[in-house]
Amino acid sequence: MTIDPADRVTAPRLDNQDSALFGQTPSQTVGPFFHYGLPWKGGADLVGKSDMGARPELFPEDHYVLNLSSPTGTPEGEVIEVAGRVIDGHGEIVSDAMIELWQANAAGRYASDDDTREAVPRDPHFVGFGRASTDADGVYRFRTIRPGRVPGPGNSLQAPHLALSVFGRGLIKRLATRLYFADGEGNDVDPILNAVPEARRGTLVAERKGDGSWWLDIILKGDNETVFFDL
Amino acid sequence: MSDVIPYAREDAGSPPSLFPDYGSTVARSPREPLIRVPQTLTEVTGPSGWDQLMGPALADLTTQHKSPPLGQRIIVTGRVLDEAGRPVPYTVMEIWQANAAGRYIHSKDNWDAPLDPHFTGAGRVVTDAEGRYRFITIRPGAYPWGNHKNAWRPAHIHLSLLGPAFATRLVTQLYFPDDPLIEIDPIANAVPMPYRQRMVCRFDIGVTEPNWALGYVFDVVLKGRNQTPFEEGQHDH
Repeated sequence: MTIDPADRVTAPRLDNQDSALFGQTPSQTVGPFFHYGLPWKGGADLVGKSDMGARPELFPEDHYVLNLSSPTGTPEGEVIEVAGRVIDGHGEIVSDAMIELWQANAAGRYASDDDTREAVPRDPHFVGFGRASTDADGVYRFRTIRPGRVPGPGNSLQAPHLALSVFGRGLIKRLATRLYFADGEGNDVDPILNAVPEARRGTLVAERKGDGSWWLDIILKGDNETVFFDL
Repeated sequence: MSDVIPYAREDAGSPPSLFPDYGSTVARSPREPLIRVPQTLTEVTGPSGWDQLMGPALADLTTQHKSPPLGQRIIVTGRVLDEAGRPVPYTVMEIWQANAAGRYIHSKDNWDAPLDPHFTGAGRVVTDAEGRYRFITIRPGAYPWGNHKNAWRPAHIHLSLLGPAFATRLVTQLYFPDDPLIEIDPIANAVPMPYRQRMVCRFDIGVTEPNWALGYVFDVVLKGRNQTPFEEGQHDH
């Protein structure tokens, strides 16, 4: 006896296809084993052609199916290195986190069709998106371009900033934060920084080190906890 | 004029950051409440040219090595939509998972199940103009983990989507129907019922291919955009 699939009556199920449940797909953790699936070689280098961002030592070489570093040219602007540790509520480094970056180019234009300002030039060599695994010491590191200022609400102008997302084991949802520069023009009037209690603003501001690189620790919990946003 | 049309905030199905039954959340979730800020151009834009970033599509996870992997071959297909049911076209979905025995190709996975040299478990697809995607893989196995005594993760496939904007970023897990481990899994349980069931795919005989693969349907719904600009105080024009 056979059953024609066309005659099959689907049992009522509470699942992804139930129209009564339609809505945002809930977030789940990336877990500890994402390194062969997400952070590609060069993902953290928005300027050059290094392997920054990946952790290929964590799985066999013949199972590397992610992209290879392939920049299309040199973007305009000041090349900067931005790094920091990810630290948990016990003060311990988090060596299995992943940070994503989204930013404007040196002129303050996003490489996105939804940034429609023709007057501000796009940079054909700058995508503005990056991804960095934290290393064995819990450090993330990007090489990128110092962004220009972009508009804020009303007629305001935002200070130069990087939008960051933090992922990891134990993070059921990504945590969204920002990185500003200690000498950034307009930090004092930035609409987002000003929405943060003054005592906590410093958790979003990177300091310049002696070698010229920028440093900002991301503290997931505890004293000096990083400000995370409800977008 | 720089006011933007914001994306929706989280809906009732969103899990909390702190869910103590999932032990790793305790030291890694913020103690302070999230700070609500207006969305700006930063949050409503996102990268384009995903293939430049992540490379060409890898829609068949069963043909990446010399021989086919062990396990039950399956097709997973569906659409990426926004909350109004509109398709999200040309957006990337990254995929990673354990093998049929529940083992990840990762040096820190020390679960005593065999590795499969013919299975990596990573791929990526891009949605078409109607928001449709489709990939081929093997059904992953369940595996034990150290969260609590005799803890087992239900079989799942990790999915990562950028969507159109920083605000729409989503990483989730796809679960399978009739898996008794879902209801005792702390990670799935961080999502309240009934919304947890949004993460359970549906078997569909119409998606199967005779004598070749079983088939499952799974739609991903990203945060949607309001129709009109958010009023943000006074406007000049």
